[in-house]
Amino acid sequence: MITRFLLQGMDRNLRLFVLLVLAIGIALPLLNQIMPPSSPFYVPAWLLQLIGKYLSFALLALAVDLVWGFCGILSLGHGAFFALGGYCMGMYLMRQIGSRGVYGNPLLPDFMVFLNYKELPWFWYGFDNFGFAMLMAILVPSLLAFALGWFAFRSRVTGVYLSIITQAMTFALMLAFFRNDMGLGGNNGMTDFKEILGFSVQADSTRAVLCFASAFTLALGLVVSAAIVGSRFGKALTAVRDAESRMRFLGYRVEGYKLFVFVFSAAMAGVAGALYVPQVGIINPSEFSPANSIEAVLWVAVGGRGTLIGPVIGAFIVNFGKTWLTGALPEFWLFALGALFIVVTLLLPKGVVGLWGQIKARSQAKKARAPA
Amino acid sequence: MSPKRILAVLLSVLASAALAGAALAADLAGLIANLTAGGFGERETAITALAASGEQRAAPILEALASGQLYVRKSDNLVLIGKPDGNQLSLTEAISGKTAGSGTEAELDRVRVNNRLRGVIEAAVGSLTLMSPDARVRRGAAEALFKRRDAASLAALDVALAAEKDPRIKRAMSEARAASVLASDAPTAQKLEAIALVRERADRDSLGVLDATANSATDPEVKAAAAAGANATRQTLAAWEAAQNVWYGISLGSVLLLAAIGLAITFGTMGVINMAHGEMVMLGAYTTFVVQEIIRTSAPHLFDASLLIALPLAFVVAGGIGILIERGIIRFLYGRPLDTLLATWGLSLVLQQAVRSIFGSSNREVGAPSWMSGAFQLGQLNITYGRLWIVVFSLIVFVTLILVLRKTPLGLYMRAVTQNRPMASAMGIRTPRVDALTFGLGSGIAGLAGVALSQIDNVSPNLGQGYIIDSFMVVVFGGVGNLFGTLIGALTLGVVNKFLEPYAGAVLGKILVLVFIILFIQRRPRGLFALKGRSVE
Repeated sequence: MITRFLLQGMDRNLRLFVLLVLAIGIALPLLNQIMPPSSPFYVPAWLLQLIGKYLSFALLALAVDLVWGFCGILSLGHGAFFALGGYCMGMYLMRQIGSRGVYGNPLLPDFMVFLNYKELPWFWYGFDNFGFAMLMAILVPSLLAFALGWFAFRSRVTGVYLSIITQAMTFALMLAFFRNDMGLGGNNGMTDFKEILGFSVQADSTRAVLCFASAFTLALGLVVSAAIVGSRFGKALTAVRDAESRMRFLGYRVEGYKLFVFVFSAAMAGVAGALYVPQVGIINPSEFSPANSIEAVLWVAVGGRGTLIGPVIGAFIVNFGKTWLTGALPEFWLFALGALFIVVTLLLPKGVVGLWGQIKARSQAKKARAPA
Repeated sequence: MSPKRILAVLLSVLASAALAGAALAADLAGLIANLTAGGFGERETAITALAASGEQRAAPILEALASGQLYVRKSDNLVLIGKPDGNQLSLTEAISGKTAGSGTEAELDRVRVNNRLRGVIEAAVGSLTLMSPDARVRRGAAEALFKRRDAASLAALDVALAAEKDPRIKRAMSEARAASVLASDAPTAQKLEAIALVRERADRDSLGVLDATANSATDPEVKAAAAAGANATRQTLAAWEAAQNVWYGISLGSVLLLAAIGLAITFGTMGVINMAHGEMVMLGAYTTFVVQEIIRTSAPHLFDASLLIALPLAFVVAGGIGILIERGIIRFLYGRPLDTLLATWGLSLVLQQAVRSIFGSSNREVGAPSWMSGAFQLGQLNITYGRLWIVVFSLIVFVTLILVLRKTPLGLYMRAVTQNRPMASAMGIRTPRVDALTFGLGSGIAGLAGVALSQIDNVSPNLGQGYIIDSFMVVVFGGVGNLFGTLIGALTLGVVNKFLEPYAGAVLGKILVLVFIILFIQRRPRGLFALKGRSVE
């Protein structure tokens, strides 16, 4: 029954797309592990890492799309949920270093020794357990989203006001995490990770597994999102996006719908962050910077908001462009990014995915006009 | 009096003056000679005698002695002051002050001092400067003695007090005397009197004197009086500190006001979030930089006027670019505020990178004209001219803007469009034109803010980013479409921020303010002064 519920929301395109994501997530790591490095089909570890990173970004983009594309809440603070999930993972990885840090303290991470901590702060307890850390990576962002959403949606803070509030939230968190007194690494953040679940984070096999895990989680996220969006609940969400007041007058509890999707989306962003950190090997407060959150919104806009495939494609396109341009023409990257924001909002309101539809509509309109 | 007698009197006065001068010079020479002869013991008596003579020219000689620059030339026993000049010493005659060529250490004998003598010299110079003809020097000496609170300077202070005419300096001297009395073993009654005098000063230095007395006094009465005085002083100081914080808060608030007011107009009138607003501020600051560069190279005498020249230019540059943005991008996005937000964010990235490509990413130096540098004391408030002018400037901008909105046709149209766009349009107001002009006006004011900010912040491509979130907070807090709300919002946030800083630290204070605003918006989603009526939804 659950399977039926999950699958009913997916159309043929989405099913194919999920299979494609899974195929990439299985094929690339396998090619890395099975093929000898000399083979033309060999996938180097750096490419696995890169694809893994993009996949976690895609999951973040999907989370943003769920609230923005389907419910009309433009969150400029999803980077904060992403970073919080990342910090939970980072704390677990820090605890796994154990006594192999520079200072060799078996209990305290290096930065705490450096800052003269005598004992582990209370909020670090439990983070040596992987399961607990992952639970926190979901719970912490969810709770924050719940607190913010509960207040904001009940007071009917909407539109740009909500955007500004979420931006202020991530900005405040960034300032907070930059402080050394937070006990979370200050402006250096956390890095120099050694092991995850007993496997070295540097090893190719670990990278392969992480890449697969990211692809699998993304596929799962797509399936669950499709189920939500395709259900009666999802229809109501879209209706809230298009005519909030009318929904309210019809007797729907709009706050509840918004709150649920906001919290779910934050949890998804947290998971994305937790997948991101072991692959890049560092988490620091700049992940909270408002610019990051807005960039995530751009991925969705480029791919196509209000579709499930769009954000994934958008995340891949923009990040591929970023990787390539920051290497080849670093001066030019910000121009390109800025121009992309403008071009997409002005010319491609439905994103790349909607481009095909736009072209078709135009040609049909031409055809319709031609006989007359 | 006949002219002859006047002449005679004049002559005699001149003659006696000359005689007195000669006598003094002879005296000085004798005293100086004592200074250079004999051991440390004799030197000390000579220094005390010099101090007692009240001879002003002795001060630089004593200072030279303390710093080991007083020499006796071996060939003619002339006392000289030698300042290092390369390998040699450039010499001046100690008494007459005439230059005496140069010499090497080998030709000269240095007059030696030890630490004990240095202390004596310092006190001697202090009491000599107490008698200086220059009022400012006398006052400085009195202040220095107040801080030193040395019983040894009592005698010199008494002499100086008797001779002093200026009431303010007299006051400073009697305070210094009181401080010295407290350090001496004077009777209780005198000490209590001194405490009362010191207490009236009520500043940081007098607190130091009172605290020291409270700690060291043996007499319980004196101890209690000093402790009570110290407490009272602490309270006064705390009040001044609060006042200083309010001033800092107003100063920060005026900066926020400048940055936010343009935003308030565009957001209020058009419902448009302009994420590139901070970059308009930055463009204003860079305009100032360019103006100053041009002035530096081609017309240095205009430097003091550079900011005044930059103001209209910054307004035109930022306003012009604002109109271009409105015509080129924003007008296609009306009714889609979230898309506007994204597009203007993209624009802000482009503008930042463009400025970085042209001017480089490092900070640019923008100088302060002379009328903006320096500071003055108001009571115990330290007010810098730069900050004062920024507060004044932001108020001028605010008032001008209010007048524009209330008294000009454009202001009338703008208010009409803010309140009810369709109705305004139906009445024949060309709303697109009003939109473009409003956007230009808002951006132009951001440019003006940039000129002011160039004085207190680093002029770098990231200048605007630091203000954008704060300005939004001000606008949202104050309420949209109401300039007084923006004014009160800016000042409140500025003052609250500065009051939190000492307790919570700058960063945590800022976080608390942000959290406060987030909670505040939940309570009043439309800000402090919300527009009422049908336009709200």
